[in-house]
Amino acid sequence: MGASVSTSQETAHASAIRGLRIDPAYVLLAPATLFMLLLFVYPFAYGFLLSFEPHQGGWLANYRSFFSSDRLWPTILTTLKLALPATAINLGLALPLAYRLRVKSPYQKWLTAILVVPITLGTVLIADGMLTYLGPKGWLSQTLQALHLIDEPVHLTHNYIGVLISLVTSGFPFVFLLVLSYITGIDPVLARAAATLGANPWQQFRYVYLPLLSPGLAMAFCLAFVQAFSVYPSAVLLGAPAGPTRVISVAAYEAAFEQYDDSLASCVAMIMGIVQLAVVGGALGLRGLFYRGPVAGGKG
Amino acid sequence: MSGRATPNDFDELRLVSVNRTFGGSTGPRFAALKDLSLVVRRGEFIALLGPSGCGKSTALNCIAGLLQLSGGGIWLDEKRIDVLPPEKRGFGMVFQNYALFPHMTVRKNVGFGLRMRGVPAAQIQSRVDHALSLVQLAGQADKLPGQLSGGQQQRVAIARAIVIEPPLVLMDEPLSNLDAKLRIETRAEIRRIHRELGRATIYVTHDQDEALSLADRIVVLREGVVQQVAPPHEVYAQPANLHVARFMGYRNVIDFDPAPTARTGQVTLHRDGMSLTGTLRQVTDGGRLCAAIRPDDITIGAEQTVNTVPGWVANVEYCGRDSLIDVSVPGGVTLHVRASSTVALGDKLHLSVLPERVLVYAADT
Repeated sequence: MGASVSTSQETAHASAIRGLRIDPAYVLLAPATLFMLLLFVYPFAYGFLLSFEPHQGGWLANYRSFFSSDRLWPTILTTLKLALPATAINLGLALPLAYRLRVKSPYQKWLTAILVVPITLGTVLIADGMLTYLGPKGWLSQTLQALHLIDEPVHLTHNYIGVLISLVTSGFPFVFLLVLSYITGIDPVLARAAATLGANPWQQFRYVYLPLLSPGLAMAFCLAFVQAFSVYPSAVLLGAPAGPTRVISVAAYEAAFEQYDDSLASCVAMIMGIVQLAVVGGALGLRGLFYRGPVAGGKG
Repeated sequence: MSGRATPNDFDELRLVSVNRTFGGSTGPRFAALKDLSLVVRRGEFIALLGPSGCGKSTALNCIAGLLQLSGGGIWLDEKRIDVLPPEKRGFGMVFQNYALFPHMTVRKNVGFGLRMRGVPAAQIQSRVDHALSLVQLAGQADKLPGQLSGGQQQRVAIARAIVIEPPLVLMDEPLSNLDAKLRIETRAEIRRIHRELGRATIYVTHDQDEALSLADRIVVLREGVVQQVAPPHEVYAQPANLHVARFMGYRNVIDFDPAPTARTGQVTLHRDGMSLTGTLRQVTDGGRLCAAIRPDDITIGAEQTVNTVPGWVANVEYCGRDSLIDVSVPGGVTLHVRASSTVALGDKLHLSVLPERVLVYAADT
């Protein structure tokens, strides 16, 4: 009896949903939607609006002061000067390594594992290790001096180079794994076909692999760039946050937690987002110029 | 291209005791190809035939340079080529899954080999046009491979392989991804192109119909070892051993008692309740013997003096033009027979077969 009641209730419920023309499967989207709304859309919208409510002046006052202050607008260039080379170096290192490791071999597994290890280390741990190892009194400097290869200690920390090394160390595994997965997705029989047609190994890479990889490389560039552009801990710990590595996130931090100007901090964050979006948009725009179809050479 | 002298031609390609082993350091060693020796003459169409895993694709990849040899050598006339990388050998190859470059148009795909050779653009244009018209795809030059059907893609692959005017064309099961109708059409196309260009071709297949219809000579392989090298009619009518016979459609293989040592000629074989006269195809050493008979060689009804047995129809498989029937004969043997007349389950028949169509081999070990 009880069972039949609950069944009829369920039927009524289902028909009510059908009456509203809502596919019950959409309910499954609710948690993700809620998550996005609460943790991304709302804070973003809040910050966006907040950036137009300065403590003083008109609604654009924050943006006006950002672009007129010599302490603020150059942070865009400082950050780009770090993020773009770091991304380029990571891609430049990852591509040949991943290409070399695309075929299965006994050492492929081990080398891949070693290359990916830095992904497990936090930025702070990397920074600490680098300070010990690469600092003026670190092992590297002392060894080089002991070997009389250099006369003065090398300065690889608390400057631009230190932050760049840290960005490469922490960013490389991501880029490498991404590029490796794109490369192994390309049917190796295409390169063999190119070889039988007279393409030497370089031409096989240049005319077969590279064009098919380009969309993937653009994607990897975007992800690596966004990660590098929002650099904060290594810029502070390994750089010179007062000068050469005063990146945009440092400016945002100062506005928020030193001047307690939430509105200005939001404005800096918005500008940071716009610059990231512009670079990513540019990269994806270039991606549109390349072939983006399937990367297999016919039926499987 | 038929009229003009073909450049890059050769007199003979010689494979001398070619060996290829796989595995070793990590797993058990496995010989995929054992002592393959073969001479391919100018303009010849060779089919490497065998079931999957017999080493036929390994052989092709060794010739193309995509696999290193474990032993032996390959010579193109006086030049040793097994030491060259694939791009220096210049053989055109057609792959089973087409292996077209998905990001290049049909024109770019076909012109790729010429571009790698530094041929001037104007000449590439005209040679690609010519090759595309040869495979009847002249109107599709600016499409991407993904926009073509499977049959068209395979024709692009063929055009791409022959446009470089290679001394040798290698084809690795080029038709096995096509449906039955397209397969027969493309097969005729391959035959026509070979006739027009006269390029030596090595064609790998597991389909005996393809090998029989295309090849000048067939190389039958089994577990990396050559079983027979012969023209199609000979492989079909006179298989060298029981394995080749089975592969060529001799579906009836009957075990018989050992017979005395013999070399050639007709022998009469015996087993429980049955005796059969056949033609010896292998020298026997007193061991057990097998008789191999094609379903088509067995006739129904005609009462001959030799090789006639009564039987009862046990199964009928209707095939359109005729039927494939299973007939139980005395001695617990079931024979597969092609029947053009209508028969029904349980019918009693008399089967007969000419002694020259009963091939006698030593039994498999």
